Amino acid sequence: MSSAATIVGLRPLPRALHPGAWWLWALGLAAAASRTTNPLLLALVIAVAGFVVSARRSDAPWARSYSAYLRLAVAVIVIRLVFQLLLGSPVPGRTLVTLPEVPLPSWAAGVRLGGPVTLESLAGAFYEALRLAAMLACVGAANSLANPRRLLKHAPGALYEVGVAVVVAMSFSPQLLEAVGRVREARRLRGRPDRGVAGVRGVAMPVLHEALERSLALAAAMDSRGYGRRAGVAAGQHRVTGSLVLLGLCGVCAGVYGLLDGGSPALLGLPLLALGAVAAAAGMALGGRRSTRSTYRPDPWLVPEWLVAAAGAVAAAAVVVAAASGAPGLAPSTSPLVVPTLPLLPVLGLLVALAPAWVAPPVPRARVAGAAGQR
Amino acid sequence: MIRFEDVSLTYAGAAEPVLDHVELHVPEGELVLVVGRTGSGKSTLLGCVNGLVPHFTGGTLTGRVSVAGRDTRLHPPRELADVVGVVPQDPMSGFVTDVVEDELAYGMECLGLPTDVMRRRVEEVLDLLGLADLRDRPLSTLSGGQRQRVAIGSVLTAHPRVLVLDEPTSALDPTAAEEVLAAIQRLVHDLGITVLLAEHRLERVVQYADRVVLVPGGGLPPVVGGPAAMMARSLVAPPVVELGRLAGWSPLPLSVRDARRAAPALRERLSLLSPPVAPAASPGAEVVARCERLSVRYGAHVALRDADLTVHRGEIVAVMGRNGAGKSTLLGAMVGLRTLAGGSVRVAGADPARLPGADLLRHVGLVPQQPGDLLYADTVEAECAQADRDTGATPGTAFGVLEGLVPDVDPQTHPRDLSEGQRLALALAVVLAGRPPLVLLDEPTRGLDYAAKRRLVAALRRLAEQGHGIVLATHDVELVAELAHRTVVVAEGEIVADGPTAEVVVGSPAFAPQVAKVLSPSPWLTVTQVAAALAEAG
Repeated sequence: MSSAATIVGLRPLPRALHPGAWWLWALGLAAAASRTTNPLLLALVIAVAGFVVSARRSDAPWARSYSAYLRLAVAVIVIRLVFQLLLGSPVPGRTLVTLPEVPLPSWAAGVRLGGPVTLESLAGAFYEALRLAAMLACVGAANSLANPRRLLKHAPGALYEVGVAVVVAMSFSPQLLEAVGRVREARRLRGRPDRGVAGVRGVAMPVLHEALERSLALAAAMDSRGYGRRAGVAAGQHRVTGSLVLLGLCGVCAGVYGLLDGGSPALLGLPLLALGAVAAAAGMALGGRRSTRSTYRPDPWLVPEWLVAAAGAVAAAAVVVAAASGAPGLAPSTSPLVVPTLPLLPVLGLLVALAPAWVAPPVPRARVAGAAGQR
Repeated sequence: MIRFEDVSLTYAGAAEPVLDHVELHVPEGELVLVVGRTGSGKSTLLGCVNGLVPHFTGGTLTGRVSVAGRDTRLHPPRELADVVGVVPQDPMSGFVTDVVEDELAYGMECLGLPTDVMRRRVEEVLDLLGLADLRDRPLSTLSGGQRQRVAIGSVLTAHPRVLVLDEPTSALDPTAAEEVLAAIQRLVHDLGITVLLAEHRLERVVQYADRVVLVPGGGLPPVVGGPAAMMARSLVAPPVVELGRLAGWSPLPLSVRDARRAAPALRERLSLLSPPVAPAASPGAEVVARCERLSVRYGAHVALRDADLTVHRGEIVAVMGRNGAGKSTLLGAMVGLRTLAGGSVRVAGADPARLPGADLLRHVGLVPQQPGDLLYADTVEAECAQADRDTGATPGTAFGVLEGLVPDVDPQTHPRDLSEGQRLALALAVVLAGRPPLVLLDEPTRGLDYAAKRRLVAALRRLAEQGHGIVLATHDVELVAELAHRTVVVAEGEIVADGPTAEVVVGSPAFAPQVAKVLSPSPWLTVTQVAAALAEAG
């Protein structure tokens, strides 16, 4: 690893990469995965994401989420295969095993329970499930590499309130759980049930009381610390901002729909999407000017951030270009079942996405001696 | 710096004003202590300083409150954030972020300070409050004293000229309280910050105060004066002051150090008298609870390790130790709320964890740290009736107990509207309805004023005389000296000391009451003991 870094000529000091860069990289990788059902390519995507995570994750709690996402991905594959076994529509081919078929009443026509299971049907289901699993792995990688709170900090100024609400909710929920535990214990001390309908009501009321009191205390504290100080803004500008953001978001939604639905007129696609995005961005920029707040230790966006984001983009571009040019191997046939091959361009693209393992600066580690020694 | 001019405040729906024509002027750089009973309007007075009262709480304010020349009528709290820093009673309830460093920066982000200024100030405050080692720590993992210091730091980064603190040490163990008070004192001395501080535990803070504001409540105007002068005429005073009054020292000592310098003559006189006999419970009393080699673990953390504890009928046992040392866990295990990793608990001959609901109440009762957790009903009356039904006691038992504890509670009040002391009394009454032979109390004096504390002491003594065994986990060294027959010290989940209170606390720097510190090495613990001995000697 160190030798590779020396060859590239990069010896960045340890720091946390901009969370946005990690998300762009992961979304690029996920976009690449979404365009192929080749199990070899999909396995490569998962391997690339896993390698980068193991090279560049911190020891924070959220950094452990990659394995949780992998378990979820495995569960997705297993569930898909079980459904194919029991309910799948018949695909001609080599029969592996014949399950006893359950006769269904006439109103369930079209649904088949049991019957012969072919290798081809299982392979088709597996490929599709693996694609979803690979995309999950990409999201998991982003989650374990980027600090979710720091990402919220980069929400545009107009969405600042929403960001604060999410942050407060995140720190509130463990406190609420603790309150539930305490109130349940108190109910046992009074010799009352802490389970069942009566128990739930008896626990919920005091917990809600407490949550309300806490919110009031927090609101008072935030108010006295200057939350909500604003530059003077005319009411008219306020309305313009609101409608720009709202219209823009509607435009984006309609545009995405138009893009994905092949049958809709061309005008509904890309142009509307672009228009909506511009309107929303303008609204947010205008709204951002209202707030007078500043950011403590903002994450810089430097060369490594560009490189990491670019690596994801290259991976996505390679697979998309290959798919558009009709290159073989992206969607290997499962009926008849053939051995999948490795198409060159997508493989090279995905290997570029490995770059963040070296170009991203190393993760800063806690100073063990100082922090643990003196308490 | 802070100026109240003819200020009156009436909350919506209240018949009488909380503050009535208050005149107060706090000059720059002073540390002013605000004292008064619960409900006397202390918190309202503090809230007025940054405009939370009435902008946030509602109510009608007449007169004028100004801070550094800004009128709070024209400036809501957020516009005063750069002048007044407010630290709430429970620091955890005011935290917005989850890491120390971000919390320190939050206020400055709201003020829109430039990035480089923020960086510098965060580092300065980390050093000033001794938080540098904690900068990356999640707030939820901090101890009580550390949280309090972070809360102070988080308002300090905005460079306020006034700091307002509501009971900053009431939830802390003695050492953590020292830590916080030292930090506050440094701010006053080094930075010239004006501090307005409310606290019930006078013994901890009065020696640091430049002036004392007594809020008598009931619409009477506050009385302002120097700490020594105020203590000389105050009804409530810390033990050093009471000892000084008894011995006739002048000037009246406010700190242990002052008292020790005045004390040689008294020490000499007392050395001729027989030191007080430890008031032990009768030796042959029946054992009401026995814990043997008790261990409790939370995941990898051992909260309690091989703890042995025996409680007899009529005995009051105090459990002391740092925040997080395992005191609450010990109490929880004794009512069967904790899964044991080893050892056994027997309370009145039964294992509390196996007792079904109502049976448990007749063996052991616990008043938790937040007594409100025990209360569900809408009125005091309904709560007491429910307690009687739960325990199978004759109707009226719980309310009878309550009246014995606090005589003037309106039975139609909602439990959440009671004062801290009244709520504790109600929880205790609810627990006592089952007449459990063992009564446990977790931090009972948190938030209690002196009058409420005195009533609690009398009530607990009476219970012990009636043959209840009592265990209380507490940080309040003066309460322990006054009340406990035996003291147990817990550290890191292990019991490190267990013996008669006088033996355990006298030598300890953290747990010795003020009188013991003044008169050591003789084992005198309370002013009452000294007064009785002197009266006997004539």
